[in-house]
Amino acid sequence: MDFIKEVWDYFKERKKYWLIPIVLILMIMGGLIIVSQGTTIAPFIYTIF
Amino acid sequence: MSYTLGISAFYHDSAATLIYEGKIIAAAQEERFTRIKHDSNYPYNAIKFVLNFANLKLSDVDSIVFYEKPFLKFERLLETYVAFAPKGFIQFVKAVPLWLREKLFQKKMLMNLLKQNQESFNNEEKILFSEHHLSHAASAFFPSPFKEAIVLTADGVGEWATTTVAIGKGKDLEIKKEIHFPHSLGLLYSAFTYFAGFKVNSGEYKLMGLAPYGEPKYYDKILNNLIDVKEDGSFRLDQSYFNYATGLTMTNQKFHDLFGENPRDPNNEKITEFHMDIAASIQKVTEEIMLKLSKSLKEEYKINNLCLAGGVALNCVANGKIIKEKIFENIWIQPAAGDAGGSLGAALAFWHLELKKDRDNNPKDAMHGSYLGPEYSQENIEKELKNLGAKFEVLNDKDVIEKTSDSLTKGHAVGWFQGRMEFGPRALGGRSILGDARSESMQKNLNLKVKYRESFRPFAPSVLREDLQDWFELNCDSPYMSLVANIDSKIKNDMSNDEKKLFGIEKLNIKRSEIPAVTHVDYSARIQTVHKETNHRYYELIKNFKEKTNCPVIVNTSFNVRGEPIVNTPKDAFNCFMGTELDILVIGNCYLEKKKQDEALKKDYTSKFEVD
Repeated sequence: MDFIKEVWDYFKERKKYWLIPIVLILMIMGGLIIVSQGTTIAPFIYTIF
Repeated sequence: MSYTLGISAFYHDSAATLIYEGKIIAAAQEERFTRIKHDSNYPYNAIKFVLNFANLKLSDVDSIVFYEKPFLKFERLLETYVAFAPKGFIQFVKAVPLWLREKLFQKKMLMNLLKQNQESFNNEEKILFSEHHLSHAASAFFPSPFKEAIVLTADGVGEWATTTVAIGKGKDLEIKKEIHFPHSLGLLYSAFTYFAGFKVNSGEYKLMGLAPYGEPKYYDKILNNLIDVKEDGSFRLDQSYFNYATGLTMTNQKFHDLFGENPRDPNNEKITEFHMDIAASIQKVTEEIMLKLSKSLKEEYKINNLCLAGGVALNCVANGKIIKEKIFENIWIQPAAGDAGGSLGAALAFWHLELKKDRDNNPKDAMHGSYLGPEYSQENIEKELKNLGAKFEVLNDKDVIEKTSDSLTKGHAVGWFQGRMEFGPRALGGRSILGDARSESMQKNLNLKVKYRESFRPFAPSVLREDLQDWFELNCDSPYMSLVANIDSKIKNDMSNDEKKLFGIEKLNIKRSEIPAVTHVDYSARIQTVHKETNHRYYELIKNFKEKTNCPVIVNTSFNVRGEPIVNTPKDAFNCFMGTELDILVIGNCYLEKKKQDEALKKDYTSKFEVD
């Protein structure tokens, strides 16, 4: 719950409400990817970390 | 009582810093403990060290500040993917699970990891987050000697910002403007680092060292195609040449076609004149941007002091150019300018900006010479060396200086381990390898027999501050080796016409000055001024060497081999000593000669570390 509140505070602070649907879809998609692959060891990508 | 712990981690160069009421107590990089270069893991050992140093438990710390904001970073990722879609799908698929599983929940993750340092720690309220470039700016301004300064930070990328301008005044620090991702001077330099076959995030200084061997033949090509630089130094990169925003490499085919070559494969391809020219070109572009930025900021804010931090501030050649142009009266550069220093900045930003606490202005600076790491008592050193089977003699303070300077005059390579370890990438006379700067063979020998690294790499001089102007064209303190300047014309040997025709590394064989071991092929040197107040023993050593030789300059390179983090403990130092062709090792008051050591203790050392 804390996390959801923090995310909401962030949307409010940054006024980036348009990101909400993207984040929701991502959560669902990401959840599926995580469930299907089982590991999150990603290769080193220069700008994502 | 108020302790603040700053942490940087999970990208590269994890580190921890402890401050007490705004004063820096201890700081260290995790790599020094784990012996993994640029270790990016949770800095368990570094945190353990800074807490032990102050006799604290984690729960005694009032606030724990992480150096950047994960939500903001995720926002940048998402918006980048949206902007470039459908390009970048592969990176997206690889990146998002990592974020959704770990990085978005960094507070929780950090909380769990902190339990490694103290199992009973459970106060999540204490964990706070600073912004990446605010952390850099705070690390540059708050410890600086200035009451007021322009603060310029530039690196690859933080959350959104890649270049930031802030104004610091007293205890206040306000960010005035930023350049945002994907337009990044740091990433541009890294793209060329990658293209020249060096590792991104660690090989940038090799590119800088390679630059003086080449000619900036591609300067116009870079400015006409890759980057649009405005008069005030602001810039935009043409993303059609780069792949870092959406792909798994730094550059793309269009970039390679522009220069007519593919990225160098370091395992199979040698460095050629082309790579030297590429290095010289991007170095010149970087210097020009930094100069334009500096000039326009001085013009705009009319403040005489400049502070620098961020990875680009480790480009000491560009820093030297800013000094030479006399744009500012004073410049101060954070010695841990990279991400490790973010831990220091995060803690200081919280103290002064969030808690609004006053700042004591130290007319020198507040970094204690950057000697902020672990130290070992004479008793501990002797015990450790005995355990390792080392043969050593214990000297009094005066003899340590006498015998070490004698060895230097004989041309020996000396491992010098004294006092607290340095914080930041440079060895400053705490964990250093020293040599005679007058020796013609020293650069080659140290590179090939001691450091096991590329022979083109230059070495830096340590010089007594009071003698600086007699030997170098520089007249300001450079205690952190962050400025490059030319050697003085009095000690320079001009090249003959035949010598001038020599190409690249062949120039190394010419005696270019009275101190050839620290004179780069373009007569420049990365200077460390040595001050009695911050490192007394090192100062005394060079002074003694000067009395014997009339030369107040010695070679100072970090105590490690290629790919290895700088040594931290007496054991690390002894292992490095026995694994290389170092002749002498001085740890505290213990003096070790290689020829007296047990042959059986020699070991294959270099294969232990991945080539960087």
